Amino acid sequence: MGLAKRIIPCLDVDNGRVVKGVKFVDIRDAGNPVDVARRYDEEGADELTFLDITASSDNRATIIHVVEEVAGSVFIPLTVGGGIRKVEDIRRMLNAGADKVAINTAAVSNPEFVKQAAEKFGSQCIVVAIDAKRVNAPDEPLRWEIFTHGGRKETGIDAIQWAIKMVDYGAGELLVTSMDRDGTKSGFDNELNRTISDSVSVPVIASGGVGNLDHLVDGVKEGHCDAVLAASIFHFAEYSIGEAKQHMADHGIEMRID
Amino acid sequence: MNTIAIIDYGMGNLHSVAKAIEHSSVASKVIVTHDRKTILSADRIVLPGVGAMRDCMGEIKRLELDDVIREVAQNKPFLGVCVGMQALLDSSTENEGVECLGILPGHVEFFGNQLVDENNERLKVPHMGWNKVTQKIEHALWKDIPQDARFYFVHSYYVSPSDDNHEAASTSYGHTFTSAVAHENIFAVQFHPEKSQHAGLKLYENFLRWDGHADV
Repeated sequence: MGLAKRIIPCLDVDNGRVVKGVKFVDIRDAGNPVDVARRYDEEGADELTFLDITASSDNRATIIHVVEEVAGSVFIPLTVGGGIRKVEDIRRMLNAGADKVAINTAAVSNPEFVKQAAEKFGSQCIVVAIDAKRVNAPDEPLRWEIFTHGGRKETGIDAIQWAIKMVDYGAGELLVTSMDRDGTKSGFDNELNRTISDSVSVPVIASGGVGNLDHLVDGVKEGHCDAVLAASIFHFAEYSIGEAKQHMADHGIEMRID
Repeated sequence: MNTIAIIDYGMGNLHSVAKAIEHSSVASKVIVTHDRKTILSADRIVLPGVGAMRDCMGEIKRLELDDVIREVAQNKPFLGVCVGMQALLDSSTENEGVECLGILPGHVEFFGNQLVDENNERLKVPHMGWNKVTQKIEHALWKDIPQDARFYFVHSYYVSPSDDNHEAASTSYGHTFTSAVAHENIFAVQFHPEKSQHAGLKLYENFLRWDGHADV
């Protein structure tokens, strides 16, 4: 026994505000990402992920301020994704206090970018985010392809081969989101996660579809993932991070519990 | 005023190390610097670092910091973090072999691609996440930190000091490795205290209060 599995709450940030609704009862301002981050930290989150969904690039600077402020008061690893397209974007995020950046669309349009980023900043801070969807017919073996632009744009690229390639290019971690499950609350796509996790040497984070605490357990046990990411079950205070960790520990998963 | 120089050689998240130290209750002035004079005149030194050893040692040498680091490692309270710990050893197997600072005898080794746990299940490399740190010695930097407290790790290489007496803590990942070393005024950790919440902040606070003597 040793390394703990991680629980990572994900905050979607639009123009510097947490969106998708956050309903903490005793929080000053539920839309303030810094307040939400502090709350998750107190509850025992193992890391935090910020996904910047700001549509206008003019407003991208707001996420920098959010990261700076969070990094000054929350001392756990921070990952920032959304709009990371250039080496300069990564540098700005790391300088603001992020520990890792998640690269998604830019990796698909230019895989060499991942290689450059890993060489420049080290694999440990490069997370490649993979949005995958099942594409096989019901009577065919399981097969997934990657999609970009929030699942709207198909690429024809096989998700498993892509995962292997991204690790080969220097990704230090993979964030795998099932587009079939995202928002459904029906659990992770554990076949997808397991197939990727068993194919690569680096840690894999399961994402997309969590509706209850058993889904988190399945993400580790069935999906062979090293970390589980969830947004809405924590935002709406259906469960606290502490409850989630205890539930996973009760199912024999090694967790960080003080 | 307690002046802490965080040695800046262009590698790693110095910002978070500085913020963690500033967050501590001990009054101190934190300077992120590669200026020789500033480093030599500081009361305490932190050598952080992330990334590849070849690049780290390359930058340390290019900025002519190797001799300065060796000098301050002789007498000032000195804290190495992650690659900043590994750089203190003689050499690393990373990047086909890199000569390091040689301040502590020993080498830096790779976890390997065939790492398995006690049930023969494959372990991921890098070793990333929260793992238990078993304190092997009594030390001022461990004050009020529980035995087997979890700290945040991100690394694929680990130190193997030649002198067993230098081991201040161990951690298990596939096998047991040295996760902290201590020798006289030097203390160094493989994990990231600045990312390890309460236990990590406590360690920085202990460092700020430490007189640099190995005795508790």
